[in-house]
Amino acid sequence: MPGMIETRALRKVYLAASRKRVTPPRGTGTPSGGTRQASSPPQSGEIAALDGLDLEIHEGEFFGLLGPNGAGKTTTIGVLTTRVHATSGEAFVAGKNVATEEVAVRRRIGVVPQRPNPDRGLNVIENLLFHGAYFGLSHAVSMQRAMGLLEQFEIADRAHAKVEELSGGQQQRLMIARALLHEPRVIFLDEPTVGLDPQARLALWDILRILHAQGRTIVMTTHYMQEADELCDRLAIVDRGRLLALDTPSRLRLQAPGSTLIDLTIEGDCAAAATLCRRLSGVQRVDEAAGGLRAYSDRGGELIPALIHAVEEAGCRVQNINLSKPSLETLFVSLTGRKLA
Amino acid sequence: MISGHEGDAPLPVSDVFFAMLRRDVRVARRELPFFLLRTTMQPLLLMVVFGYLLPKMGMVAKGYTATLLPGVVSLSLALSAVQSVSLPMVAQFGFSKEIEDRLLAPIPSHLVALELVTAGTLQGLLAGLFVLPVGRLIMGAIPGLGFSNAVQVFSVMLLGAATFSALGLLIGCAINPQQIGLMFSSIIGPMIFFGCMYYPWKGLDTVPVMKYAVLVNPLVYVAEGMRATLTPGVPHMDLTAISLALLTLLLLFWWLGLRAFMKRAVT
Repeated sequence: MPGMIETRALRKVYLAASRKRVTPPRGTGTPSGGTRQASSPPQSGEIAALDGLDLEIHEGEFFGLLGPNGAGKTTTIGVLTTRVHATSGEAFVAGKNVATEEVAVRRRIGVVPQRPNPDRGLNVIENLLFHGAYFGLSHAVSMQRAMGLLEQFEIADRAHAKVEELSGGQQQRLMIARALLHEPRVIFLDEPTVGLDPQARLALWDILRILHAQGRTIVMTTHYMQEADELCDRLAIVDRGRLLALDTPSRLRLQAPGSTLIDLTIEGDCAAAATLCRRLSGVQRVDEAAGGLRAYSDRGGELIPALIHAVEEAGCRVQNINLSKPSLETLFVSLTGRKLA
Repeated sequence: MISGHEGDAPLPVSDVFFAMLRRDVRVARRELPFFLLRTTMQPLLLMVVFGYLLPKMGMVAKGYTATLLPGVVSLSLALSAVQSVSLPMVAQFGFSKEIEDRLLAPIPSHLVALELVTAGTLQGLLAGLFVLPVGRLIMGAIPGLGFSNAVQVFSVMLLGAATFSALGLLIGCAINPQQIGLMFSSIIGPMIFFGCMYYPWKGLDTVPVMKYAVLVNPLVYVAEGMRATLTPGVPHMDLTAISLALLTLLLLFWWLGLRAFMKRAVT
C-alpha cells in the first residue's frame, strides 16, 4: 500500500513566550518503559510539542492518534493540514510537501476541527456551497453534493437554517459534510466527538465507518480509548510529542503488561511501600505515581490483600484501590506513566 | 471508491479569491441595514447637530458646512472600513474560529488577508458614497460643493478606505476579543477628535504643536483629501502630499497587518 502521509523526524518547538498556545503535559508520573531517548532535549524556555515524530499512514487507512491532552496530537494535525510550521523535519500528504506546497496539500485534504467552526454569516447550505466555490467547484456540482451529504447526515431539512440553530451534533455533522464536499483524499478529524452526547457520538461513529468503507484515508485524534479501539485500523500512541507505540488495536492490547493493573492510592512514603510491593510474587512491576502506586499483577485481584499488607508494613495506609483489565488504557499507562483523561 | 482526483485539475487562485469576495458581499448584503446604521449613525447625528441645528441657531458661521461635510464623509468611510475588517476578525480568530475554513482553502494565506482588506475597502466606499448625498440633504446647499473632480473624489475615497481597511487588518489581528471596548476608547475616539474632521488642518496654525502631532493620524489625510476634492474652496492640504501620505500609510498598515495576520494564520 502506498504511503498517503509521511512524517520524518517532525519537531515543533514553541518558545516560552507562546507557552499558552500549548497545553503543557499535566501528569507527574515518571516515564517508565518504552524507549524514550531524547534526540535533542528542548532548551529551557522551550516546549517541544512534537519531538521527532515519524509516521507513515497508508492509503485507505483509518489511522488513530491516541494521547492525553498536550501529547502533540493537535500539533501533528496542524502540521499536516498546513496550519502549523514544523521547526524541523518533513511531512508529506498525498505526495506533497506541507511546508512548500501548502496550496496543493489543502486541495487534497478535508479538515474537521475540534470544535465546530461553521461560517456564522452563512446558513447551512451556503456553508457548503461557498466551501465548494473555494475549491473551484461549479454551483451545480456543489449543490448536488451538498444536498447528498446533508441527506446522508440527516440534516437536509435544516438546509436553510442558521447554523446556530443546529444542535452540537448537527453542527459536527455539517463540519464533516463540509470537509467531504470537495472529495478530499485525506480527512483529518481532531477529537471529533468531544462534547457530543453518547447518542450523537454513536451516530458519528456510524458515519465514520461508512467513510472508511468508501476507501477514504482518515486520520483521527482522540483521547477516548474505546473510540480508537472500535474505529481505527492502526493506532499511534503519542505522548509529549513522541511516538510510543504503533500497531493495530488488537496487537497493542497484547503488549499491555500483566493481566491486571492495580492502582493504590496511599498515604505515606510511596517509595518504601513500592520497594516492599516489588518483593511480592505475582507482581510484575510496580511504578510510583502521584499519591500512590501502580502494580501490574499476574494474578488479577488476588494480590490485593498482600499489597495492602506490604503497604501497611511500610508504615503507609491504603485509601483507595482500583482494578483495571489489560487494555489500551493499561498499555498507555505503562508507556507514559499517566492516564489519558 | 471515491474519485479524489480533483486536486490535480488546475485551479486559479483568482477563482478562490473571488469566491471569498462573493461570500463577503453575500454576508454584507444580508446585513446592509445594520451595516449602514452602525457606520453612519454617528456621522448623521453629527451632521444634524453641527450642520443643521447650530447653523440654524446662528452659533456657527454659515460656510461651516463646507468644512464639515468632507469631514463627515471621511469619518463614515474610515469607521466602516476599519470596523468591517477588524470586528469580524477579532471574533473569527479569537473564539468562533470561522476563518479557518478560508485559511484551509487552496489559496496562499496572504491572499486571504488581501481579500479581507479588499472587502473592507468596498464597504468603506459604500459608506462614504451613502453619507455624501444624505449629508447634502440634511445640511442643505453647501457653498463651493462641486463634483467636477469626481475622479479625484473617488480616488481619495478609495485610497482612504483601503488605508483604513488595512489598519483594520492590523487591529483585528493584534487585539483580543476582551479589548474591543479599549480599541474604541483609545484608538478610534482620539482619531475622530484629532482627525481634522470638524476643522481644517490649516486651522491648527494657532496651535503648532498639535498641527504637527496630528499628522500621525490617517484620518487627517482622508478629511483633507475630501476637502481638496469636494469643497476645494475651504483651506486644505496639497492633494499630492495627501496622496503620498495615504499611500505610505496604506503600505505601512498592510505590511504590519499582513505580518500579524500570518502569525495568526500559520503558527
